[in-house]
Amino acid sequence: MNEHKTQTEKPVMAVQVDDLTVAYNYKPVLWDIDLEIPEGVLMAIVGPNGAGKSTLIKAILGILKPLAGSVSIYGKPYDKQRDLVAYVPQKGSVDWDFPTTALDVVMMGTYGSLGWIKRPGQKEKKASLEALEKVGMLAFKNRQISQLSGGQQQRIFLARALVQDAAIYFMDEPFQGVDATTEIAIINILKALRKANKTVIVVHHDLQTVPEYFDWVTFLNVKKIATGPVKDIFNDDNLTKTYGINYKVSIQK
Amino acid sequence: MSSAQLEIQLIASLVALACAIPGTFLVLRKMAMISDAISHSILPGLVVGFFITQDLNSPLLILLAALTGVITVILVEQIQKTGLVKEDTAIGLVFPALFSIGVILIAKNANDVHLDVDAVLLGELAFAPFDRLTISGVDVGPKSLWVIGTILLITIGLLMAFFKELKLSTFDAGLAASLGFSPVAIHYGLMTVSSITTVGAFDAVGAILVVALMIAPAAAAYLLTTDLKKMLGLAMFFGVFSAISGYWLAHWLDASIAGSITTMLGLLFLVIYLFAPSKGLIAVMYREKQQKIEVSLITFLLHLKNHSEASERHINHLSEHINWQKIRAKTVLDLAQKNNMITIDKNQLVSLTDKGDTFTSLAIDYIITNEDAQIEDMKDDFFLFRG
Repeated sequence: MNEHKTQTEKPVMAVQVDDLTVAYNYKPVLWDIDLEIPEGVLMAIVGPNGAGKSTLIKAILGILKPLAGSVSIYGKPYDKQRDLVAYVPQKGSVDWDFPTTALDVVMMGTYGSLGWIKRPGQKEKKASLEALEKVGMLAFKNRQISQLSGGQQQRIFLARALVQDAAIYFMDEPFQGVDATTEIAIINILKALRKANKTVIVVHHDLQTVPEYFDWVTFLNVKKIATGPVKDIFNDDNLTKTYGINYKVSIQK
Repeated sequence: MSSAQLEIQLIASLVALACAIPGTFLVLRKMAMISDAISHSILPGLVVGFFITQDLNSPLLILLAALTGVITVILVEQIQKTGLVKEDTAIGLVFPALFSIGVILIAKNANDVHLDVDAVLLGELAFAPFDRLTISGVDVGPKSLWVIGTILLITIGLLMAFFKELKLSTFDAGLAASLGFSPVAIHYGLMTVSSITTVGAFDAVGAILVVALMIAPAAAAYLLTTDLKKMLGLAMFFGVFSAISGYWLAHWLDASIAGSITTMLGLLFLVIYLFAPSKGLIAVMYREKQQKIEVSLITFLLHLKNHSEASERHINHLSEHINWQKIRAKTVLDLAQKNNMITIDKNQLVSLTDKGDTFTSLAIDYIITNEDAQIEDMKDDFFLFRG
């Protein structure tokens, strides 16, 4: 990917969103979003409940069909770039009573590169075990997933994304319902990903930790409010525009 | 055992196997009711197919009926999508409508042929061996054996080819979509297989009882294992077990085979529901009782840690102030003593031991930091005896 850089001074854009509008039953949840995410940033998407943060990720990944607009990943449509993208859904989006083990869930991350019908083999198993090791969950590889704590389940999801070995990682509230130790463990992994020049995009709820964890931020509330480096745009003005006059209340929560 | 008896058991077992595979995924997808809807609404498809082919085992009839099953699913989803009614309501609206069309079609046009509502609803396994398939004059066995055998082979083939995709889209449809495995295609594939199996099975157990063969073995297997492959295997085993034992129950009672098979399924599920080792009703009740006593124990230990004054630590205080019944107070005291958490001196004053103190401090830490789940793991390190 570095050869892109040599041609111009402009940074390479990992994700480009153009005029994206998404509606549920013809009621817009995202309204005309234009967004460029440069390669190698660790970006938070913040906004109040119902601002369309998860919807934005799902629309970029083709899980939801937008009403209008287009998305490109490194200049090409998502369909052609699937193997560059990994996705960590909200923990609550799956049934944790499903009869399967931690290792098996991580292996699901390798299915994309396998394609239809082909079964995972030794190579995929090794990659999955390594991913489990990275998130500190190797000892739990044969645990049934319902017997893991919330933080452990989140780490399993993270391992599943790591095993995809993607260039861009989308994560929907990875810090929800995890304890302080897990939160630190997760953020360290995300920072390691950025160091490896990966792009990481995280739906985030805790405004207080934004400056500490992230270097890039997007304010979203149905429309895009602002996007850019945290040190330039993470200020009262944008917070008020996004959360309304009472944004300080939501910080304290 | 005559060859007819053997053939009946073989057909019933193949039907059970063919039902258990899609049934397992229907149960995991929380779509058990959809199989009920499909089983009713294939009736008009069957009737129309019968008018065209005049043969209940014709592949065309099976495809037409299966198509009605898929149409049912689409109709249910379309009605649900409007957001005006919930899914169960949508199911309840669609299948009686289609079913009644089938009933009217039979009553108006098929009164004098071998197709009546009873046969479709209840099946007649006992007659299955009489309808034989002959290839160039040679008898190769009952027709329905070939029909359900073919369906089973196709189902197993599809399961082996798409196991990974089925598992992924059932567990996490969002990830499946983002990886390029269309969950919609897999969903309709499963619905098509369920419909075809239902049609193929109606001859043997009837279109209604087929629901029991799809759902009950899978539901029972779900209570026994935490591994999808084992769940599939167990569901298939339970299906075959009920089919064969149900046949002999019917033989012994001189009753309907389909009814007896379903009775066996019901009994089997009841036994597993009660006695399954970790998810069964009795195991759950036992665990809850244990939990209650152990939580009481922690409460009591916290109380001891918080109070050094003698009046708060007297043995009678438990029933007088903490307001526990005598038996509960005694159970808690016994458990604490057995685990060396407390000592009781000659003045009947209770004190924490060093071990009890360490345990309580750790427990408080976990409760304060909202990591209650950790307490369970910690119990393994401290408890000699559980509650």
